[in-house]
Amino acid sequence: MQGEIVTTTATSEASATNKTSRVVYLDNYSTTRTDPRVVQAMLPYFSEEYGNAHSRSHRYGWGAEEAVDKAREQTAELIGCKPGEIIFTSGGTESCNLAVKGVAHMYAERGKHIITTAVEHRAVMDPIRALEREGFEATYLPVDQQGRVSADDLAAALREDTILVSVIFANNEIGTVQDVAALGAICKDKGVIFHVDACTGLDTEAINVDAAGIDLLSMSGHKIYGPKGIGALYVRRRRPRVRLSPLLDGGGQERGMRHGTLNVPGIVGMGEAARLCLELRDSERARVTGLRNRMEQAFMDLEEVYLNGHPTERLPGALNVSFNFVEGESLMMGMKGICVSSGSACTSATLEPSHVMRALGVGEDLVHTSIRFSLGRFTTDEDVDVAIERCVDAATKLRDMSPLWEMFKEGIDLSQIEWKHD
Amino acid sequence: MAYTDKVIDHFENPRNMGSLDKTSEDVGTGIVGAPECGDVMKLQIQVEDDKIVDAKFKTFGCGSAIASSSLATEWVKGMTLEEANSIKNSEIVEELALPPVKIHCSVLAEEAIKSAIEDYQNKKAEKAED
Repeated sequence: MQGEIVTTTATSEASATNKTSRVVYLDNYSTTRTDPRVVQAMLPYFSEEYGNAHSRSHRYGWGAEEAVDKAREQTAELIGCKPGEIIFTSGGTESCNLAVKGVAHMYAERGKHIITTAVEHRAVMDPIRALEREGFEATYLPVDQQGRVSADDLAAALREDTILVSVIFANNEIGTVQDVAALGAICKDKGVIFHVDACTGLDTEAINVDAAGIDLLSMSGHKIYGPKGIGALYVRRRRPRVRLSPLLDGGGQERGMRHGTLNVPGIVGMGEAARLCLELRDSERARVTGLRNRMEQAFMDLEEVYLNGHPTERLPGALNVSFNFVEGESLMMGMKGICVSSGSACTSATLEPSHVMRALGVGEDLVHTSIRFSLGRFTTDEDVDVAIERCVDAATKLRDMSPLWEMFKEGIDLSQIEWKHD
Repeated sequence: MAYTDKVIDHFENPRNMGSLDKTSEDVGTGIVGAPECGDVMKLQIQVEDDKIVDAKFKTFGCGSAIASSSLATEWVKGMTLEEANSIKNSEIVEELALPPVKIHCSVLAEEAIKSAIEDYQNKKAEKAED
C-alpha cells in the first residue's frame, strides 16, 4: 500500500469546474498543506520501519537511525549548516522556547539581559516574558512603519550583560523580512548569541547561518509543507559552541539538549520538506510573487486600501491589507470559501488586536479592517482569480452597508467626530 | 467563528439596510460605537404619530454586529416609541444565539435604538419650542 496518497483538499483541478463553491486556501502562514511527496516519504516509517532510532542492536533501530541521519542532512542543507548542528523538536514553538530559555538558563551567570523585537511571534515573546518574571531583563526593539528593525537600534541596545538577541526572520502577520545578516554581524562583533526565528519563510527565502552570523535558528515543519508536530533548531557547534539548558530531562537524545524518543516519521517529513524547499525555492519565489502582485494590484485599484508591511522586503506570499471602512471579520464572512486571517480583534477570543499591527503604528481603526492573505506552493492562478473576485465583491457590498464609508463619501472627516464609546 | 443560521441569514440578507433622510423632522438617527473599537452602528427610524413606520441601518462591524442591527430594524418597525425603547439587548442575544464574546454587539444595537428615539424626541422638542 506504500505510495498511495489520497488528497482530499480541493486546491486545483478538482474544483475548477465549480467556481461558485470553490474553496480557496490563502492562509499558508497559519499552516501549509503537507506536500503529498512529504507524506509519501513518511508513510513507511509508521508501520514498516517503525524502529526507535536509538535501538542500536537490531535492524529496526538501524533503519530508523539511517532515516533520521538522512533527514538531518536534508534539513541542514537548507540553511547551510552541518547535520550535527540540527536538533529535532516538536515544532516551532518548542524550538523557540528551547533557544530562548535554553540560552538564558545556560548563560545566566554571564548576564541577564535579552534583546528582542516588538514583532516577535508569541513563541519567542512569551518565553521572554516568562524569563522577565524570573529576573531577566528584556529590551524590545521598535520597528518602523513597514515592520523593520534598525541595526543601529540593536547596536545601541547591546550591553555588557546581554546574553541573547532574538529576532524573527519574516513576520508571519505582515511578511516583512528582517536584514538578519546586518543584525547578525553586530551580534558577532560583540560576541552575543543570535537566535533567528525562521519558522515562516524558509520555503522561498535563502538563509545561510554562517553568512548571516546566526548561532541558533528555529524551524517549523508545518509552515514549509511538512507535517505538524515536528520542528528543528540549529545550534552552532563552532565559533562559538552554543550550549543550551534542556527544557525536558530524559534519555539523552539530541546531544542532551532535547530528550525524548525521536519522532522518526515526523523527522523524515521535515527532511523531505526541507529538500523540496531547496529544490523549489527559486522557482516558487518567482511564481508566488507574480500571483501575489496580481492580487495586490487588484486590491490597490480600489479606493482606500492600504498595505500593511514592507512594499519590497516582504515574503512572496504575504499580502496584508486594510480595506478601510470594512471590518475584517465581516469581510472574511462576506468572501465565502476564501480562507484567510484577519488582524481584527473581533476574530480573536480575547478581542485584542494584534501586537504586530500596533508595533507598526497602524491606527486602531485600520487594524480592525486588516486581512491577511498568505499564498503558497499550492496556490493557483484560478485561486487568485476567485479570491480577487469574491473579495472585491464583498468589500463593495460591505462598504455600501458601512456608515463610515457613507460619511467618508459625504466628505465628513471621521477623525473630528466624537464617538460614543461603550 | 461558528455563527448560527440566523446570524448568517441577517448577514447575507440584511433587512432594511440603507439610510433615511437624517434632516427630515420625522426621522431620528442614532450613531453608536467607534471605528477604533471595530464597530459603528447607524440606526434610523421614521415616526408617525408615535409609531415607527420605517427603520434603516448601516453598520461597520463584525457579522454579529450587522445581524444585531438588522434584527433591531426588523423589530422596531410597527412598534410605538415606548415599545421600541424597552427592547433589551438580552432579547437580541437570545434571538441570534450570540456567543458571550459577541454580547457587546447586542448592547450596541439596543443603544442605537435608544439613541435614534432620543434624536427624534429632541427634534420634536426643538420644533415645539420654535
